[in-house]
Amino acid sequence: MTTASPEKVDPGVQQDLTPESITLADTPWVTVVWNDPVNLMSYVTFVFQKHFGYGKKKAEKLMMEVHEDGKSVVSSGTREEMERDVQAMHEYGLWATLSKAE
Amino acid sequence: MTSGFVRHRRSKRAIATFSVFEADLLRSLAGQLVELLHNESAVAATERDPLEALLDFSGPTTEPEDPVLRRLFPNAYQGDDEAAGEFRRYTEGALRDGKARAAGTVIDVLEEAGLPPEPTDEDITIDVELEPETALVWMRSFTDLRLALGTRLEVEEGDEEYWYSLPDDDPRAQAHHIYEWLGFLQETLVAAVR
Repeated sequence: MTTASPEKVDPGVQQDLTPESITLADTPWVTVVWNDPVNLMSYVTFVFQKHFGYGKKKAEKLMMEVHEDGKSVVSSGTREEMERDVQAMHEYGLWATLSKAE
Repeated sequence: MTSGFVRHRRSKRAIATFSVFEADLLRSLAGQLVELLHNESAVAATERDPLEALLDFSGPTTEPEDPVLRRLFPNAYQGDDEAAGEFRRYTEGALRDGKARAAGTVIDVLEEAGLPPEPTDEDITIDVELEPETALVWMRSFTDLRLALGTRLEVEEGDEEYWYSLPDDDPRAQAHHIYEWLGFLQETLVAAVR
């Protein structure tokens, strides 16, 4: 996996940033659901609809990402919110982790 | 043989009819899951029936290396042991209780539907009717049972050929049949609820 930085940052601008403003500058966390050989596609789709309130189309798209790519980012937000989502996924038996958004 | 769950037209509940053998098997699996989650040590495995031993996932639980527990309670953070440990410290107890309660609900519903403590009459059937909330609990518990059994059997994606190639009397093949049967029940339950 790799991440491309979209543009070069002007060093002069960066020096003006205080730590607080960097935190405010949107570094959200994400919940990642990983593929496993046990869970049924229909069930995973159901869980995404039920827990996140996603429509069927979005839930199926995320499920297919998990199935085909091995993982999918299913939600984003604060660290606390993502911990709640991960805990909920574990309640449902899905394999989930949280991490800082790349 | 049960034909799985269907949605009852009027009540909107998920309904299924099990043979007493099937209901007894579900109760037994759910009971073992409860034991595993309550961290009780398994009975000494001496001279056991190999199928019984395979279906018994109430194995060693004090070791965090137990693959079933590792799968039921995976690390929430990758590459950050401290954060993972902290998350585990305040979530695993609740997760364990929730999964044990869910398995307990499966047992309670079966027994309330008429499953006797020691079934002797092979001809009785067990009819269950699940309200939406209870259906969700069963779904979660089917998942836990499949994760436990699938982890013990080391099931992998696309390995069906391997399982079908085993002789019918191989205890692993028999355990895998049960794993697939739980998957069938799960599939019909999801369809009946949505």
